[in-house]
Amino acid sequence: MALPARWQKPLEASDPADEIMEIQMGPSHPASHGTIKFNLKLDGEHIADCDVEVGYLHRAFEKMCEQGTWTQCFPYVDRLNYASPLINNVGFGLAVEKLLDLTIPERGQYLRVIMSEISRITDHLTCIGMGASEAGATTVAFYTLEAREPFYDLAEAVTGARLTVTWCRVGGVARDLPPDFAPRLSAALKNLDAILSDCDRLLSRNRVFIDRMSGIGTMSREDLISYGVTGPLLRAAGVPYDVRKAEPYLVYDRFDFRVPTGEHGDNYDRFKVRFEEMHQSKKILEQAMASLPEGPVSVSDPRIVLPPKERVYNSIEGLMNHFKIIMEGIKIPPGEAYSAVEGGNGELGFYVVSDGSGRPYRVRVRPPCFLAMGALNKMLIGRMIADIITTFGMINMIGGECDH
Amino acid sequence: MLSEKLKERFGDRIASTEAIHGRETVLIKSDGAVDFFRALRDDPEFKFEFLMDLFAIDWLERKPRFDLVYNLKSISLGHRLFVKIQVAFPDPHVASVIDVWKSADWLERETYDMMGIRFDGHPDLRRILLYDAFVGHPLRKDYPFQKRQPLVPETDPIVHPLRPSK
Repeated sequence: MALPARWQKPLEASDPADEIMEIQMGPSHPASHGTIKFNLKLDGEHIADCDVEVGYLHRAFEKMCEQGTWTQCFPYVDRLNYASPLINNVGFGLAVEKLLDLTIPERGQYLRVIMSEISRITDHLTCIGMGASEAGATTVAFYTLEAREPFYDLAEAVTGARLTVTWCRVGGVARDLPPDFAPRLSAALKNLDAILSDCDRLLSRNRVFIDRMSGIGTMSREDLISYGVTGPLLRAAGVPYDVRKAEPYLVYDRFDFRVPTGEHGDNYDRFKVRFEEMHQSKKILEQAMASLPEGPVSVSDPRIVLPPKERVYNSIEGLMNHFKIIMEGIKIPPGEAYSAVEGGNGELGFYVVSDGSGRPYRVRVRPPCFLAMGALNKMLIGRMIADIITTFGMINMIGGECDH
Repeated sequence: MLSEKLKERFGDRIASTEAIHGRETVLIKSDGAVDFFRALRDDPEFKFEFLMDLFAIDWLERKPRFDLVYNLKSISLGHRLFVKIQVAFPDPHVASVIDVWKSADWLERETYDMMGIRFDGHPDLRRILLYDAFVGHPLRKDYPFQKRQPLVPETDPIVHPLRPSK
């Protein structure tokens, strides 16, 4: 292979400190969790320009949803944000139910809230643990993994899987809580409390950690809003926008919780906001468990919800009912609907279009990470190369969601 | 009602309105859309600070073929509005709103990538999720979902930079 011409030129004597160096960081870099590439122009250690390249995990989510029935979208939805799959499930279910003008039974709504909050805790624990570990605090990563494990076990007990849950259905949820759920949840929350206070002591007043986080990745409120950034990043800049409060869905308006905000909009505030949100999630979980009503978890409409297995195996009507829903899909009336939920990283929206057949005509997801990643180059230009790691860590980019 | 206020304020720029499933939608004409969006952002009655989302729906048989949907949100006034623009098929293009909301940068790139709608005035309209050598726009309804792509020879990014330096 012929070498490029500029490599064959003799080296000119010049001051290397004046040179702008081009460097490509990624797509698979050990210090960034997620496949992403930064095309950097560096002036010494400072970032002169940064072009963020996403799409390495593109799996045609929206196109695939158009190929199957509405129920078959749920497994795809799981795999968007794999740190909090249950929130995605709930968001998609709510959007389809809007098309049907359907409200699910109270117990189903409570269960969705409970599982969403468990997911939010696992999401934030992942973000904080991995973010801290990338800044050098590996201890914290192991502590947060220890706190996360009981919640994944709970998700497994309820849904049958740790990450690929596929638990929500149109018109309700797949199954009720197991009998030992309440004591296991309170044990997991107690464990979480202890570990969070440990992590707090390890990080919040840690000189090294504060130097890496405080004043880094700062972005003004106006810029964040213009870039469409929501979630902990926006709240860290002092804007208390939380979909759970702004457009309450399910039964969130019945619970007493606070929307924590920061003031500087830097990485340290983002970390603190996520930390505090876990305490608020814990509060919601305790209230929801205390007031959990009895009753069915799904609607009983046979056009929407599968019949129980005893009926499928023992009666021809049940079998036909099951066959129709599985083979033809749930007939959603034609129309368009949008539903937003508060995901781990911000407003997670689903816009669904039905043409009246059993299949979605168009499914659009609004992934919160995608817009936050769009603002990343603005956060980084002029900063040091080491700040990429902590800023990227606090954005908590989830490849599945960002790349669709 | 938001759509009635909009009709009062903008008159015949609004072609039709719809409010269903808790979602208010207005259909507008594509010419002068940028001024309309800027007014929506700056008018104290509407204050849509957020362009939350932007995407297209392909109605293959219909003329004009595409619906472009802008999802706007005002957090200070707490309302949400969906604005639709219809885009005709051969040579689908509209004006970019990147001067109004910066989030339009990546969202317009994504819509271009997936649906092939061009945004006039976008400074850097290139593919975002797919690679530059990808043929076609996959979310269009006439793109078969199992279609294969031609194999692209491997290129050295140092010898052939993916994009010219700024």
